[in-house]
Amino acid sequence: MDWTALWLSLRLSIITVLLLLPVGIYFGRLLAYREFAGKGFVEAIVALPLVLPPTVLGYYLLVAFGTASPLGQIWQKLFGQPLAFTFEGLLFASIIFNIPFAIQPMQRGFEAISSDIREAGACCGMSPWKVLMSIELPLAWPGILTAMVLSFAHTLGEFGIVLMVGGSIPGETRTIAISIYDRVQAFDNSGAAQMSALLLVLSLIVIALVFTFSRRAGRSAG
Amino acid sequence: MTGLRLKLFQDLPTPLEVDFNCDPGEVLALVGPSGSGKTTILRAIAGTYKPENGSVSVNGTTWFDSTNDVFIPSHERSVGMVFQSYALFPHMNAVENVMAALGHQPRSKRKPRALELLDRVHLGGLEKRRPGSLSGGQQQRIAVARALARDPAVLLLDEPFSAVDRATRQRLYREIADLHSTLQMPVILVTHDLDEAMMLADRVAIVRRGKLLQIGVPGDVVRKPASAEVAHLLDIRNVFKARVVEHKAESRITCLDWHGLIIEASLNLKSACGVEVFWVVPDGYVLLHRRNRPSRGEHENAVSGTISSLVAIGQTVQLTLIPYHEPSLPIHFSIPLHVASRNGIDMGVEASVSLLTKGIHIMPLQTGHED
Repeated sequence: MDWTALWLSLRLSIITVLLLLPVGIYFGRLLAYREFAGKGFVEAIVALPLVLPPTVLGYYLLVAFGTASPLGQIWQKLFGQPLAFTFEGLLFASIIFNIPFAIQPMQRGFEAISSDIREAGACCGMSPWKVLMSIELPLAWPGILTAMVLSFAHTLGEFGIVLMVGGSIPGETRTIAISIYDRVQAFDNSGAAQMSALLLVLSLIVIALVFTFSRRAGRSAG
Repeated sequence: MTGLRLKLFQDLPTPLEVDFNCDPGEVLALVGPSGSGKTTILRAIAGTYKPENGSVSVNGTTWFDSTNDVFIPSHERSVGMVFQSYALFPHMNAVENVMAALGHQPRSKRKPRALELLDRVHLGGLEKRRPGSLSGGQQQRIAVARALARDPAVLLLDEPFSAVDRATRQRLYREIADLHSTLQMPVILVTHDLDEAMMLADRVAIVRRGKLLQIGVPGDVVRKPASAEVAHLLDIRNVFKARVVEHKAESRITCLDWHGLIIEASLNLKSACGVEVFWVVPDGYVLLHRRNRPSRGEHENAVSGTISSLVAIGQTVQLTLIPYHEPSLPIHFSIPLHVASRNGIDMGVEASVSLLTKGIHIMPLQTGHED
């Protein structure tokens, strides 16, 4: 059992979810409530990681992380190390490939709140911030929770992009999914079986928790 | 300057051309068909919609003024709004819904005040219930309590009775009327139901396609519609075309030529002789002659014809008379049931009516924006 890889995967997933939470709320809400020129294009960009093969996305991320790209250069200047094949690079990639999983369910959650309800909040004297906190977030909660869980589970299981931008450096970029692959390559079938089983149980527990919570939230909102 | 002062003008996206005031304690009903811009006007007052041109001020405070680029956001305007769908917060119970509008009060006073308001709208005991588990009428009352919770400078009611059944509506009318007598702020009621407006409002404003057509006390608007368009919107059916023959200023009469029949109307000097006009006679100003004592010409504006339809509604009978001189222009009127039976009124019988001069109102043919 590769505990280092498991811990790395959990860390990566949790940080990804926490960083994506405000991003998803902001852009999900924007796409739900605002009409602007090029909205269809923006929505297409958001959905792109869903249809792109992980290796293609991984390849472009690798290029973007390289010292030949502006991003890679800025990062190198700021932190004195490259983005590629580091935990930070992996985190960056993880945020990018989780964008559709974070934004889309949140957008649906915000869309489900009628404009009357939001206007009623304003007519009750609530500031936009207060409307967000006491009306929109509680009502969009099932969508937000779904987004968080999908991002968490997806990060835990992602393989292709991680291999492309992170490789398999123990303690730095070797996630549990990569570790399972390595074990299989090394004919260590029992090690792979143990970790696969653990990942299976973990995923099942997380999904079950979400269904339970979102049903409770749905009941209380209705 | 107390009360609400409003002027709105724009062409797009929704045409608006309205200008009215509403005094403290006054109920002004905006009446018009669906899609006439009534709700847009309400939203412009509430601040959830920003019109192109105009101004809105309440008690001397400017909320919106396009010339000086003033637009106070909704949450800083002191408005109470009852939405058509009530727009209650589904995740909060009744008392929390009302407390949501009490942010201006100290924390310790919010709950007692919310309970007091719920009591006032007869919802005591239901404070822990969520909107989803309450009836339409109960939800409407929470919405009213929530709207009043802000101690608003203006109360806005957007079709507040459209989502409840008939019996509940009648009860809510009485409650709103009672409540109104205790309120000191201008109240704007949006409705497409004229009867509702007549019952609850001190004045009615007739709106169509965002344009204010007429404003006045309900009785005046119904008796003296400003145009055939208003008469049509008010469902006044006895609207006819005629030509002005002469004005008799000393006897306060204007004579009209209605397809060969001379009709004496209340004096109206606005239309010159020879000009075509519309004229209207409300139901209550059509008198049936007793059939056993035929008209001998001394009656006011006597019209004879045959009864072509007869519908009894409760103790009233609605009749249609086809005049002999112009069968394509039926006159509609109603009489008590016992009068109909005493006079032997039935389908196809001959009858005569008088159109009372004081009830006949003349309207110009063109109202500028007729389309």
